[in-house]
Order: sequence, then structure tokens, then C-alpha cells
Amino acid sequence: MVDFGGWDMPVQYSGIIDEHNAVRNGVGIFDVSHMGEIEIRGPEAGRLTDFVTTNAVQKLKVGQAHYSGLLYEHGGFVDDILVHKVAGDHYFLCVNASNQDKDFEHIRAHNRFDAQVENAGARYAQLAVQGPKARATLQKLTPVDLAAIKYYWFTDGDVCGVPARIAHTGYTGEDGYEIYIPPTEAVRIWNEVMNAGAGFGIKPAGLGARNTLRLEAKMALYGHEIDAGISPLEADLGWIVKLDKGDFVGRDTLVKQKEAGVRRKLIGFEMRGRGIGRDGYEVFLDGAAAGWVTSGSPSPTLNKNIGLCYLPAEQSHPGKTIQVMIRSQPVDAVTVETPFYKRAK
Amino acid sequence: MYPDNFRYTKEHEWLLTEGDTGTVGITDHAQQELGDIVYVDLPKVGAKIEAGKSLGTVESVKAVSDIYSPVSGEVTRINESLADAPEKLNSDPHGEAWLVKIRMSAPEEIQNLMSSADYQSYIGAEK
Repeated sequence: MVDFGGWDMPVQYSGIIDEHNAVRNGVGIFDVSHMGEIEIRGPEAGRLTDFVTTNAVQKLKVGQAHYSGLLYEHGGFVDDILVHKVAGDHYFLCVNASNQDKDFEHIRAHNRFDAQVENAGARYAQLAVQGPKARATLQKLTPVDLAAIKYYWFTDGDVCGVPARIAHTGYTGEDGYEIYIPPTEAVRIWNEVMNAGAGFGIKPAGLGARNTLRLEAKMALYGHEIDAGISPLEADLGWIVKLDKGDFVGRDTLVKQKEAGVRRKLIGFEMRGRGIGRDGYEVFLDGAAAGWVTSGSPSPTLNKNIGLCYLPAEQSHPGKTIQVMIRSQPVDAVTVETPFYKRAK
Repeated sequence: MYPDNFRYTKEHEWLLTEGDTGTVGITDHAQQELGDIVYVDLPKVGAKIEAGKSLGTVESVKAVSDIYSPVSGEVTRINESLADAPEKLNSDPHGEAWLVKIRMSAPEEIQNLMSSADYQSYIGAEK
């Protein structure tokens, strides 16, 4: 067990590679109850949510979710979040555990609308059921027709006889669901999911596999690819920034960044030499320090050592030879297209 | 699980001595904590090693860890088979996956190491 934002969490159960492969090929279950939840309600809930996030909240339909950024005025990330539109006057945000209180204060500080903001983390446990057999597993436990929930949509319905929010979302690059449930029922539902998935070889998966899975899918991790000093345009997350949607916190900075161009940009790499470029390691270009690794790991699916790094924007394109400094030794790597892994539809 | 003829460090290495040669490896507890091991970096034959100092690294999917030498001396052999099969450290850490052999320069350092019983109570292992 490790301390993760104040939560005791397992890095691994049966082993990272074993758990990783279970999610890619069958199904895995993650206890992600540490994730925070913030609820925004009231007639102007949509206006507040739109004002504090980068993606276009007006475009969300009831029952739809999207990935978004919560930014400071200076364009850096407060957090990266999922926004769910429960109703026209009710938005449900899934946020990072370690950022929850900071996010809540940030949203409240910008609440110049008639909206109620609730720090609701304690009311929800969350289980992520992920993998090609996730639907078949979870379908056994709910009357809700899971096939009718499109990707990045959600519905409220019973799971194991308990009211739950069932979202067709995930952080693994695989098909799957994230369910929000009452904490008092979490252990029972976990056990029922394990039983329902037994025929598919379901495995409990920990933080280690969650990291290798999300990295292969090039999904950002707060504190690594993104933080208060990084803007979404630098993090290759321009797709969650809707500059034409109207004013939002951080927009002015992003408009300027877009006009002037960003100085550095995130890019994927594969190691060529022996070694793993891990987060924080320096990256060299033509013999000079040029950037740093944000995440790096063996990729169990691809059987390569992969990673993400920041490089000067003009150099940040696939096919460049770089050196990652691994324990004071430069080791060759090459920049590549991302995501490293994309599931077959 | 933890052989009685080994001596153990707090950093989870083991030492087996024959004459003035000490064989060094990592313990089963260490491999369990590390998880899937993917790289092993070992010193060169002839390297002078000090007790308590890093003699190389083991790298798992999750993290890099230093290996600390239980004793001082000179490296006389390294286990070259681990370069291509680091996963042996997960499957047979007390046997086939030994790391290095050291000609000990200060065999009295062995007195500083733990017995099997002490090591098991140190890690809280069940017998």
C-alpha cells in the first residue's frame, strides 16, 4: 500500500503486468474511491461550470460527459476533470483526489453566478470496471441496458440493487465503465463485480496498472503531464479548449499563447537504448538539455519502453532522436506519434 | 523461504559466503515489493565495492531501486544471464537469480548482517 493523496492505495495485487493484461484482454476492477466529486447545482449551474472549465459545457446534453480543464488565469491547470451534465441545473464533476479541496475553493472563488457548489467526495465511492469484458461483467448486476449508453455518456440506475451513476468512461484506453456508488455499499458491490467477472478472468487492478494503461493511451496524469505551470495547449490538450465558447478562467492567456505559439510541447517517445526514461529525467537534444520526461514506463501491451516528455515546440514532432539521461548516462530514444495504444473499435 | 545459511540486510539483500567469496542477491520479500522486474544493472568484474554502498540497480515496471552491498570487496563474477532474463529475479531470487560474487576484504562485516530468523521478524514474514 502507498499513500496517494492521503489515501492508502494498492500499487498492485497480482502484479502490474498481469493486471494490465487483464484489462487489455478481459476485464479488471479498480477501486478509485479516492477520486473527488464536486456537484454544481442551481439555475446558473451551467454558466458557472462553463466559466471555470475549458471545454464547451453548453454543448453537453443531459446524460453526457466530457473531459475538461480547470485553469488558473495564467493558463496553468488547477486540475483535469470530467464534467457530467445530470440536468440543466445540475453538473457532476469527477476530480483528482489530491486536488479536490483546491478545486472546490477555486470554483467557489469564481462563483459570481447563482449556483451552489458542493464538495461531495465523501458521498461517493467509485469503482472502475475496465476492459473488453467490462460491459458483459457489469450487465449482470444492473437492469440498465449498458449497450445503450454511448461512450462518454452516463445514466443513473441500480447496480446490485443500489442507486448508482453508471458512466461509460475510463482511464485505461479500453472500453469500460466508472460507477459512482454509496461508500457503505462499495465493498459488497466490489465483491459482486468480482463474482460477475469470474468467468472472464476478472482481476483487481491497482495504481501501477492504472498508470501503465493510461500512459499507453496517452491520458494525462496531474502532477506529471500537467500541473499549475503547464497550459492545455502545451500538454497537447488543445481539443478540450474551446476559445470560441465565450469567456472562461484562463482564456485570455490561452488566446495569447495561441497567437504567439507555445514554447514547449508534450510528445511521446520510445527508448532505443537500454533503459527506461522515468518522470523527471532530463531530455537532451543535440547534446544540450532541452526538456524533461513527464511519465515513462515499460509498456506491457507493446513490449517497449515508452514515455512522454516536454521539448521545445519547434522540435516537438515525431521521428527526432533524443537522449534521456538515465542515472547520468545519455540513452537514445526517438519521438513518436501518440497514443501508443489505441483499441480496435 | 529464507535460507538459514544466508545473511540478510535491512535493505533486503542476502549474502551467502563460501571461504572468502560472498554471493549477493535480493530477497524474496524485495522482489515481491518491487513487482515485475524488467532491468538489472550490475557492476563490472573487478569493481571495488563498499559495504552499504550501491552496487547496482534493479528496475521494475513501477520503480528503480538501488542494490546495496552487504560486504566490502572486489566483484569477481556477475550473473550475466539476468541481462536477458531479469524476470528470474521474481521467480528465483534466492537461487538462479543471484547478482554478483564478491571477494570479501573485510569478512567481519558479516557480523553486521541479520540471520534468517531476525530478517523474518524484521519484515514481519510468517514462518
